Amino acid sequence: MARAGGAQAASFAAGSRRYSYDLPRSVPWPGMGAIHVHNLKKTYRVHRKPQGLSASVRSLFRRQYKMVRAVDGISFDIEPGEMVGFLGPNGAGKTTTLKVLSGLIYPTEGHVRVLDFVPQERKNAYRRQFALLMGQKNQLWWDLPAAESFRLHKEIYTIDDERFERVQDDLTEMLSVKDLLNQPVRELSLGERMKMELIAALLHSPSVLFLDEPTIGLDVVAQASIRRCLRDYNRDHGVTVLLTSHYMQDIEALCDRVMVINHGRLVHDGPLQTIIERFAAHKILTLRFQEGAWPDRIEDVGDVIEFNPPAVTLRVPRESVTRHAAELLSAYALSDVSIEDPPIDDVISAMYGDSAMMTPDQEASGA
Amino acid sequence: MRKYWIVFSVALSERLVYRADFFLATFLRFIPIVTTILLWRAIYDGGGRTQVGGLAYSEMVGYYLFVMITRAFGSMPRLATDISTDIRDGGLRKYLLQPINYLGYCITLRAAHKIVYFVMAAAPYALVFWLCRGYLPGWPSGTMLVLTIVSLIFAFMLGFAINSLIGLMGFWFLEVASFVHVFMTAQYFLSGHMFPLSLLPESVAHVVMWLPFAYETYYPTMILAQQLDAAAAVRVIAVQALWVLVLLAAGQWAWMRGLRRYAAFGG
Repeated sequence: MARAGGAQAASFAAGSRRYSYDLPRSVPWPGMGAIHVHNLKKTYRVHRKPQGLSASVRSLFRRQYKMVRAVDGISFDIEPGEMVGFLGPNGAGKTTTLKVLSGLIYPTEGHVRVLDFVPQERKNAYRRQFALLMGQKNQLWWDLPAAESFRLHKEIYTIDDERFERVQDDLTEMLSVKDLLNQPVRELSLGERMKMELIAALLHSPSVLFLDEPTIGLDVVAQASIRRCLRDYNRDHGVTVLLTSHYMQDIEALCDRVMVINHGRLVHDGPLQTIIERFAAHKILTLRFQEGAWPDRIEDVGDVIEFNPPAVTLRVPRESVTRHAAELLSAYALSDVSIEDPPIDDVISAMYGDSAMMTPDQEASGA
Repeated sequence: MRKYWIVFSVALSERLVYRADFFLATFLRFIPIVTTILLWRAIYDGGGRTQVGGLAYSEMVGYYLFVMITRAFGSMPRLATDISTDIRDGGLRKYLLQPINYLGYCITLRAAHKIVYFVMAAAPYALVFWLCRGYLPGWPSGTMLVLTIVSLIFAFMLGFAINSLIGLMGFWFLEVASFVHVFMTAQYFLSGHMFPLSLLPESVAHVVMWLPFAYETYYPTMILAQQLDAAAAVRVIAVQALWVLVLLAAGQWAWMRGLRRYAAFGG
């Protein structure tokens, strides 16, 4: 196997002049971070199939291609042990980035280093140190019990017996699937299967974990269980995690840092809370009036979200919310006032929808 | 190497899940041969000939029986489409992520499938060959037996090399199924599966006899049928080895080039 790896690396070096990641190693590479991405771009060439028969026939001889830029110059660094959430609408470039980081595809431009490896070289030494788990794909053998697939993993990753037993015990315990080990994978529920997939991904104790929608389609209990496992595992083993999810609870529970990508560009990189501060234009003002103290023109204060007298909930522009609250407090008898941030889901979906708001300032994009 | 051994044994147990299919399928495989035997009977009798393409009637029937064995080694059902599907649908992903060689994995899997097939098919094959013993030569000498086995193993490798190369075209073409179909038909004809290549007109045979297909079926079958002496058999094995090397190298090249285009769609 070592020989095959060597041959791969050698011919990689021979044929890779056209690819910029193969520049001399003197390119700035700060310290010993876990993941370093600099100005990553990935363009896909997509065959444009014209409509109509004659055009289709013509395209047999002369194909038309369209270049689609999936990732358009993103840069970030992730330190060992960090758990970073990767957010963005479908097609924003999240999965493409994960594929580049795990060496599945070649970057069009830019530098990528993970654990000081160039992922595209796909050295066995690198492949032993990371895992990519995709919620929508399965790696386990469908007709065999998970235990058989695990045994195969043990050999593929050359994990020694004692350690394999221990890790498998720990993980099956943690996810409470010990009894299901010998049941064919096809007979498992989606949640149970996902847990098995997660175990398969962690068996070789990777130091970097890429998770693409690990909880997609799962029920709340299974989601929580996977989330708990990931959090404990990160705490106990210091594994570096880059995680995409459409479930904000995943991100809130796991990630101190969040990167938001849209149209292939990084539009935010920082704590989850700062997204709200930067991108939420409104606050949620809830008022509960005392008997007979109902104002005439409450809708002047902001958009009414919920109206059930004597309480009302309004969406109020951020900059004027305190002024309005103070005015109302002094003019009317109120039994309760609260000012809250809008739900993070709403803020994020507003971000996705409004690309005008997406012009990243340099500081935030981490460039 | 150990990891490939485990792949092998896991594949064995996976295959055994489907063992019920085997018995019937193996018997059914011999049905067309009855037609072939009757057809050749008519050709020999009708033409009043004792030899066609250098083979007597019983040798001709023997050839078709032995082709069944050679094909059991060299045929790679669905290998090309499996590989191209892995490429197109993103199934390749898991092999790229894990420290394992995809083509090494594929050949190990196929070897396991073959072993299972041989074990399951041994009884029906033995029965058919016993029933047809009148058409067959006696047991070969020890030397010839060894040469036969080596040549059959090379037939397996050649079948793998050719079919995987076709499958790897999936990196360049979205749909290889129709191409595979055309290819299979050509292979059926050119490999000697359809009829012994000695029936071809000399000018055509001259070319066809050097193509890798001939070394996948025709020549190993001729060795098996004891139509070639030891020296000729050694020469066949040498050419087989050469073709295996050339085609595996071509496959490796296609693999490297293809991965650069690979977009891991759907995965």
